Amino acid sequence: MSVTINIEHARKVYDKDNVVIPDLSAQIQPGEFFTLLGPSGCGKTTLLRMIAGFNTIEGGEIKFGDKVINNLPPYKRNIGMVFQNYAVFPHMTTRENVAFGLKEHKVREPELSKRVDDMLKMVQIEELADRIPSNMSGGQQQRIALARAIVINPDVLLMDEPLSNLDAKLRVEMRSVIRHIQQQAGITTVYVTHDQEEALAISDRIAVMNKGVIQQLDTPVNIYRHPSNLFVATFMGLTNVVDVDLNDKVATLTGSDYSVRFDKIKDECANGKAKLCVRPNDFRFEDSGLKGEVIERVFFGTIMDYTVKTDAGEMRVTGSVNDKLHNVGDTVYLRIESDVVNLFSNDEDGTSLMQE
Amino acid sequence: MRRKRTREFTTWNLLTVVCFSFFAFFFLYPLFKMIIGGIYSDGKFNFASYAKFFSSRYYMSAVANSFKIALMSTTLSIITGTTFAMIMRHFKIKGKKLIDILLLVSTITPPFLGGYSWILLGGRVGYVTKFLNNLFGVQLPGIYGYWGIVFTFVVSSTATMYMYISGALKNLDSSLVEAAENLGCTGFRKIWKIYLPLILPTILSTALLSFMRAFADFGTAELIGEGYHVLGGLIYSSYLGEVYRDSAMASALSSITLFFTAMIFMLQRYVATRKNVEMSSLHPIEQKPAKGIKGFLAHAYIYLMTTLTILPILTVTYNSFQKTAGQVFVDGQYSLESYAKAFDRMGKAIGRTYIFGLCALALILIIGIITSYANVRHRSMITKTVDTLTFFPFIVPGAVLGIATILAFNGKPFYLTGTYIIIIAIWVIRRLPYTIRSSTAVLHQIGPSVEEAAQSLGANGMHTFFKVTLPVMFAGILPGALLSWVSCITELSSSLFVYTNKNMTMSIAIYTQILKGNMGIASAMSTILLLSAALVLGILFTASKGKLDFSL
Repeated sequence: MSVTINIEHARKVYDKDNVVIPDLSAQIQPGEFFTLLGPSGCGKTTLLRMIAGFNTIEGGEIKFGDKVINNLPPYKRNIGMVFQNYAVFPHMTTRENVAFGLKEHKVREPELSKRVDDMLKMVQIEELADRIPSNMSGGQQQRIALARAIVINPDVLLMDEPLSNLDAKLRVEMRSVIRHIQQQAGITTVYVTHDQEEALAISDRIAVMNKGVIQQLDTPVNIYRHPSNLFVATFMGLTNVVDVDLNDKVATLTGSDYSVRFDKIKDECANGKAKLCVRPNDFRFEDSGLKGEVIERVFFGTIMDYTVKTDAGEMRVTGSVNDKLHNVGDTVYLRIESDVVNLFSNDEDGTSLMQE
Repeated sequence: MRRKRTREFTTWNLLTVVCFSFFAFFFLYPLFKMIIGGIYSDGKFNFASYAKFFSSRYYMSAVANSFKIALMSTTLSIITGTTFAMIMRHFKIKGKKLIDILLLVSTITPPFLGGYSWILLGGRVGYVTKFLNNLFGVQLPGIYGYWGIVFTFVVSSTATMYMYISGALKNLDSSLVEAAENLGCTGFRKIWKIYLPLILPTILSTALLSFMRAFADFGTAELIGEGYHVLGGLIYSSYLGEVYRDSAMASALSSITLFFTAMIFMLQRYVATRKNVEMSSLHPIEQKPAKGIKGFLAHAYIYLMTTLTILPILTVTYNSFQKTAGQVFVDGQYSLESYAKAFDRMGKAIGRTYIFGLCALALILIIGIITSYANVRHRSMITKTVDTLTFFPFIVPGAVLGIATILAFNGKPFYLTGTYIIIIAIWVIRRLPYTIRSSTAVLHQIGPSVEEAAQSLGANGMHTFFKVTLPVMFAGILPGALLSWVSCITELSSSLFVYTNKNMTMSIAIYTQILKGNMGIASAMSTILLLSAALVLGILFTASKGKLDFSL
């Protein structure tokens, strides 16, 4: 059942001149769990709603397989959609909610009941089957919404921040429920979130978006390890951005005398000014290196989060609590693991200077 | 923001236009004709009526009188109502549930009925007056004139004030009050600095409601005013008076009234939008047991106000079971005679009222749902304009609408006076603003995603509307719709202008019986009217498990 979604030069304009998505292309593979990730207002929900048919498309084409669906109304697209606020029908029982789509698709008894029952079992809400959803928890309502979307065997499953209204613990639990069910059903899935950790945990591939443009489209590991530009690097979690001077692939942190050699830098970018991104856990405490003074520390249980004042600016550094702990006021020396950090150009685009 | 596919878009625009044509025909057209009628007669512009109005002390004093009554009664009822709500919110008052039910029932009493029963109680030969006269050996004049009218309005508005304000107080989070106390703000300062600003929007909108009611009323003033003339009364007598019939004057007077109510409305909106606050409460204020002198005073106030509020109903009900001799009640003798007479002479009016009410309710729901849905989900210039225009009946007093309607439909090309249609239409027009507002609010609350969910599951526009939107909406607008039914069947000030014997409703019948002096029949019919209204409210109250919330 699963299909390929081809987005070709899609364009979205609101109110004649407010361009939200200028020109976006992507191909989503059959059965793939594809995530649109980005800050609010980046156009990810807009794109999802274009695929769903709730937003018009002002240019380009969106295809399910070979079929252009630009002008197909939502109810003819055979999609399953899960909403941020669940959108469970409040006047129907759980069973009626799940059966709704099947009835619209003219599925008759006894198949109807069988499919509903199987689905309820799959998302583990059989015991709630005949209850009205109004007093159920967010997690239970989201299970109904998920069951309702999947039971119709949609070609495409669309999810718009489905976990953001749940509390932290439930979010992690539902994350694996969603992933598990998606794998079982093998439906091509497009998932929207602004939470990078959630995106990394759940996706086959992630498209990081900003201002209506896909910044990078890759697997979670690649996006985290090899961000294609400064925006992606800073968006994927806390990171220190440091000015450096490059001289024949040796980067000296501006304002200090500490330098690191980068072998994997592109040859044509070996000299000049650049930006270095160092995540807090890419630092090591050593006996020599970038000299600094601990000015603050916060204890998080497994890690200790230090703020270190150095000649190259203030750095956020994490240390394992099993290592030697440093006190506020201590002088420390930091070293950077050169093979896990990335350099970016010193212009507005901030493109990566690293070799592919 | 979102544009829908054209076919659906057109469908809803078309439906809106159909609804609107009903509205335009029965509201805009008469109103337009009325305004023109005041300045244009016999084929030429004629400002004689306005000249007469502005040069005559008689007319000007009526305007002043109406303002005095409306201002005074609104101010007083803000004080009494807010006090009532604050006490009920803060103290555990014994019998709170019963008080809530009694007050709810009292809000359905039409003001003129209040005026009538206050005459029975506090008039020259009223029960209370007689009692006091005998006790002190004096000759009290009774509650007539200005203060009589104000008193009637304050008593009848207090309950409404209380219900809306307590709805707002329920949304006031106790942590706000605790924060204020924590910062050293207590007692009256706390009320002044925290409570009042937060409930001010509600107070303002309820005040508008009570102001409008008092400003344009004439039933009450007619009964209890004893010659204290007000704008509403002038409109009535200039058109339906016994002496002469001056439709140009009636038009002019109505237009002037309309001008004043519109100004008051805009003033209220101007202030209200500047003082608007958003509140949602996680921890409503908890009621404390009322003890000591404070508790005694709190209970005394609540019980006194509640008694005053329901006294008219009790009086009317009591009278309805009294034996009558001619036009006077016979003390100490009881019978069902009045009911027999009421059914005998007015049986048709009773049945008619219910049927009209149901027809009006159906129309209100259909028009209200279609206009609000079209405007919220398929917004266009057309739906927006219609939405704005349908709010206007809110600021048109009943008597003005009555005059406008009779001027438009009392002759060629539309002769509708005395028909069923005209009464139903008037009721629909008067209640439409409320239903449209409430279903708009409900629709915003539901949000578009349930409908999108239905569409993504394969339901087309019509299926989505009938299977999902409508059922979900219905629960939200039903309470308001039932209240609409109640206020339809108790409506008097507009329908009084267009009735004949063929389409007379209960409240008109009651009013005319009072004027004729047939108090027994009037009481019996009032009891039937109030009982049926109370029954509906009872169902509503039970269905909502006592959690009926009022908001504007």
